Amino acid sequence: MSKFLNSEHLPFCKGCGHDQIAKHTAKALENMGLSPLDVIIVTDIGCHGIIDASMNTHTVHGLHGRSVALGAGIALGKKEKHKKIIVFIGDGGVTIGLQHLLEASRLNIDMTVIIHNNFLYGMTGGQTSGLTPTGFNTTTSPHGNTFNQYDICELVHKAGASYASRIIGIGDYSAKLEEAFRIEGCSIVEVFEVCTGYGVKFNPGRKLREVVEASGKTEQVWRNERPPFAAVFREKTASLLDELKTVSAIEPGPLSEPVRLIISGSAGEGVQSAASLLAKLAIETGYQVTLKGSYPVTVGVGFSTAEIIISPEEILYHGTTIPDMVIITSADGLKHNLKKIKNMKQGKLLIDASLEAPPTGAEVKYIDFRSHGDKLAVLVALLHFAKESKVVGIPEMKAAIQNSRGAEKILNLEI
Amino acid sequence: MEIESKVVLTDASRLIIEGLARAGADSFIGYPITPANLLYYYASKRFSFMMPAPDEITTMQWMSGLSASGRLPVTATSFPGFALMIESVNMAFMMELPMVIVLAQRLGPATGTATCGAQGDLSLLHGMISGGHQIPVICISDFYDAWTLAAEAVRTAVRLRTPVVLLTSKEMVMTHRSFNLSELENIKKVKVKEYNKEAPYKPYQPEKNLVPPFLHAGNDKHQVRITASTHDMSGILQHSTEEALANTIRLDKKSAENIEEFIHFDYFYEQKAETIVVTYGITAAAATEACEMADDERIKVSLLVAKTLLPVPKLYYDFLSRYKRVVFCEENLNAQFARIIYGDRLPSHVSHVGAIGKMISPEDILKALK
Repeated sequence: MSKFLNSEHLPFCKGCGHDQIAKHTAKALENMGLSPLDVIIVTDIGCHGIIDASMNTHTVHGLHGRSVALGAGIALGKKEKHKKIIVFIGDGGVTIGLQHLLEASRLNIDMTVIIHNNFLYGMTGGQTSGLTPTGFNTTTSPHGNTFNQYDICELVHKAGASYASRIIGIGDYSAKLEEAFRIEGCSIVEVFEVCTGYGVKFNPGRKLREVVEASGKTEQVWRNERPPFAAVFREKTASLLDELKTVSAIEPGPLSEPVRLIISGSAGEGVQSAASLLAKLAIETGYQVTLKGSYPVTVGVGFSTAEIIISPEEILYHGTTIPDMVIITSADGLKHNLKKIKNMKQGKLLIDASLEAPPTGAEVKYIDFRSHGDKLAVLVALLHFAKESKVVGIPEMKAAIQNSRGAEKILNLEI
Repeated sequence: MEIESKVVLTDASRLIIEGLARAGADSFIGYPITPANLLYYYASKRFSFMMPAPDEITTMQWMSGLSASGRLPVTATSFPGFALMIESVNMAFMMELPMVIVLAQRLGPATGTATCGAQGDLSLLHGMISGGHQIPVICISDFYDAWTLAAEAVRTAVRLRTPVVLLTSKEMVMTHRSFNLSELENIKKVKVKEYNKEAPYKPYQPEKNLVPPFLHAGNDKHQVRITASTHDMSGILQHSTEEALANTIRLDKKSAENIEEFIHFDYFYEQKAETIVVTYGITAAAATEACEMADDERIKVSLLVAKTLLPVPKLYYDFLSRYKRVVFCEENLNAQFARIIYGDRLPSHVSHVGAIGKMISPEDILKALK
């Protein structure tokens, strides 16, 4: 008996092709001089999956259709590089998890996938799969499958697998499996067999070779000359904290109460970047800061709002129900903040001169933010914030924005 | 005069990823989804190994494979992605594979609003394992938690040999704050002890704490069998043998009986208070502020900021039983944490301050306390 198996009698129906796949796998591995613990067998849901208990290798048994992805994860993470990952999956599992085969092939992950193609979902009652040949009878297509079947070997070959092969599961094909096992990269083998439980019953008199040939397929090998994917675990990576610029705060500024500011304009016009510049300057000025961004999920379309709280003390809640100052640089920004502006009982609204302010208790100032260009509007707004709030100085604000694109055009503005 | 300082402007995503990495998480698999984008971006720079997956099912399968190989994988996602992961999370739970899933909540249902925060996924986490088993859910309530609880999530995953959910939300992971890095505590790398005895290894034979020792698949010494199906201690699929069902029962108890290993909360006890505010996550800041405002108005209120959310620590029940009135503050419509604790029909002394589409403000909470 093979050292890879713990029993001669495998748990399959009499005459089932799964039995031969398991035994030929064991024979091929033995022929390669491998030990059982050199191999990790990953199995899918389906009749083939119950082989685990009979294998002396490491075994991993997962979900229906997902074994290729699970095996890929093991291949990516394996610490002993010489270990061989072999995935067993049925044609039903391939239909469910086709993406996983294509992805493993595209990346050329170093493992072998053996597709037990018996033309139907066996364990669940003989239903048609995506690999059932046209015309083949199943419990859900008793008058013949009317759909086309995937050519899985062509698909994985096109996706980039190093190796693919079709085998008609008759006789000793262990040498063909061994060829696949020796490939460095992704090797995918499709073994045809007929399910003795449902395939034979619903297709009386049809023989395996005839079914395969009627579907236009023959035994064949495909190759792509590609290196396998090499998963590299970096020894050392830089701390994310080292990237942060430590702000040297001067003694706290004159604020005694928090200032809640909203800057709002159009996405793509630099609102969030400008808010970040202001936040850093406020920290340098000795204050605590929160910066909450709000924008639609699309990039570069619609509003972009930044809510900034600048406070002499710790800030807990970072939302802004009623702001002290609102700066609106575009119609998108105005639309998004109408309610908050209307609810203001005091404070200031700085709004682009092209827009009409809604009724509000805030002091309204119309300012031409946009005449220097859409992208500069929010930087002009920051200078006006410095002037109106006195939270930060205008020269300091100019220094903070001076490296922003186009800032040189506005640095000499009289504010 | 300049003051020496380590103050920076940062977001919580950066602290979470750095905390996870320092604790020993070594691989990140992800699919970019809002509002977990920053987590994904930082992970690509900081983790030893990072792979973008084509979808979230693949993500969780690759992570499970990495974990089975002895790695410590992490992902970050939001509800639409997490929903796709759930069958595979069940698999990893059943296989007892250490990993961390950072779940950044956003407004649902379905795709909802990707860039709007929420606290709407706790009910899902409570009920996501078939059989009602609980996996540890640890929730971040401020930037310090982003650091310490990220590391704690890794420790818990390893100690309990389980997937752990680190729960957060958009307004935590995408908001920037001034933050003093010198206040962060040192994070020690979690040591992963693998089974190294001579006796044959049984992957699901538990020790006294109900946790079986881990050994990675592919080692040279012992056969490792890992399975998602009902199994005996050897990892062999069984229908419903006594040993296999005992294993499933053990899994139900594992997290709850080890809760002391990962229980985290802040309990602010106010003498003579008859009301307690219970909150978690992004609402903790507003609740803390509301309690301070209440104090200014001579309203006595205690506060429980729950950080270990699932399984619900029994200690929370002890705290809550001391008060005539319990006010849950969570950013959802249906008081999800309250209903997990008390059941669908909330007792008359339990109320909820909730919101959708906006954060709950301190004023909202104070109003309920008056």
